Amino acid sequence: MNAPTTIRGGAGAISASHRLLARRRRGDRSLAPVSVPQIREQISLAVARVMAEASLYDPTLAALAVKQAQGDLVEAAFLLRAFRSSLERIGFSNPIETVSMRVARRVVTTHKDVPGGQLLGSTYDYTHRLLDFSLLAERDGSGEPEAEVPLPSTPAAAGMHQPRCLVEPEEAELVAREAGSADAPDLTRDLLTVPCPRELRLQALARGDEGFLVGLAYSTMRGFGGNHPFVAELVCGLVEVELFIDEIGETVCIGEIELTECRTIHPDPGTSLREAGFTRGYGLVFGHSERKAIAMAIVDRALRTRELGDDAMYPAQDEEFVLMHADNLDASGLVQHLKLPHYVDFEASRQMILDLRRASSETRSGDETL
Amino acid sequence: MLACAKPGELDATWAACGSSPSFTWVRPPHFALLMVRGRVSATGVPFNLGEMTVTRCVLQIQGGILGFATISGRNKRHAALAALIDALLQQESAATSMLLTAIDELETKRQARGEAEREQAEASRPEFMMQLSEHAALGTAATD
Repeated sequence: MNAPTTIRGGAGAISASHRLLARRRRGDRSLAPVSVPQIREQISLAVARVMAEASLYDPTLAALAVKQAQGDLVEAAFLLRAFRSSLERIGFSNPIETVSMRVARRVVTTHKDVPGGQLLGSTYDYTHRLLDFSLLAERDGSGEPEAEVPLPSTPAAAGMHQPRCLVEPEEAELVAREAGSADAPDLTRDLLTVPCPRELRLQALARGDEGFLVGLAYSTMRGFGGNHPFVAELVCGLVEVELFIDEIGETVCIGEIELTECRTIHPDPGTSLREAGFTRGYGLVFGHSERKAIAMAIVDRALRTRELGDDAMYPAQDEEFVLMHADNLDASGLVQHLKLPHYVDFEASRQMILDLRRASSETRSGDETL
Repeated sequence: MLACAKPGELDATWAACGSSPSFTWVRPPHFALLMVRGRVSATGVPFNLGEMTVTRCVLQIQGGILGFATISGRNKRHAALAALIDALLQQESAATSMLLTAIDELETKRQARGEAEREQAEASRPEFMMQLSEHAALGTAATD
């Protein structure tokens, strides 16, 4: 006997839906289909976002996911994360050293002259935000490659604040670095519980939904956060990934990945226990993703409120609120599951409402008889 | 160096070597994941940033010499060539010196790519200037 809540049937309709989906994805068949390498190379910022939110660096597979999902980036991240669960993990890379990044773009907003200077690189910051109709006419200068422009490493700008001792020191972290090992908490293996260490928060933020984090960062700047950020440094470029290979007993470089890193500093009026100064926030994201990296750094700083001894008063400072709602697969899954049949739940709700009305009318009629 | 080469370049290196030694797979090329770790505030304790795909393989050439390869991304041929070259470089043969020369060329090409990109980036180096307002400039002149 079937369980009373099981919904059966619909297989034919679902197959037809899959055919319609394939047709819709292909669009107008008189046009050439877009290839995965074209998406990877020409829609690269969407590819970067999918890699960051899927928490898996593979530009080709992310481009495939974008194509398969018809450009729905949350759906694409879902596809990529599902693929990820099919592969064995061989271990952990050595911690990447972003100071040796081959920098393609570097922005420092606190000083006019900094060691290493600034590089505008490729950015939309100085464009007029007018639609470029030459792209519509496909006269987009195919002869001019608009490739990455990595540079040798540049000294970190946040460090230049150190001699004046106004910025929160990193010594505590340096001491901990020696004790640090491969057993840093891992969101993919450990349950996310709050309060949690900053390492776990950063992992959760790095794969968090860009829109959610940007909204939260915006809220802290509009009065729901109490600490205004400065971008001490924003860099984007290629970083080598190194891995210790047990079989040969050596550390080898296995390739390069593109990262965006942001360090923010935040004026802090201090307390009776803490001198006034600047506190830090940190953002690190797969791919070229500046908005996400800045938002991540601001939210990282907001989530440090309690450990810095202040009261958490705003949503962006609430670890549980932020971390439990930042993952767009979780959020999208729960919101979209509402499209599934809820016949039994709805009937239960309807019965409850009827019972409440009945009880309420009995109470009223009881009042009238008094 | 082998991992960072472009896949096509490694094919060319292999063709230049001119030999095709027999080998057996100890572990054929397969895709896997590697957890990439960053550091809190760039210099602090490690944290898990996210995973990346890798391809790895192990093979054995004559004489029992093992070749290992782990490369970023998903490219079985690239990993296989890297492992073969790794194995061949562990023995003395005519091909070894040719391979070493070819690998040096790979590194030269990589550096040339970096240099070309560096020159392009240099063009976007801004020279921001502070411009004093007329009022401020007058004030400075008055105190002189």
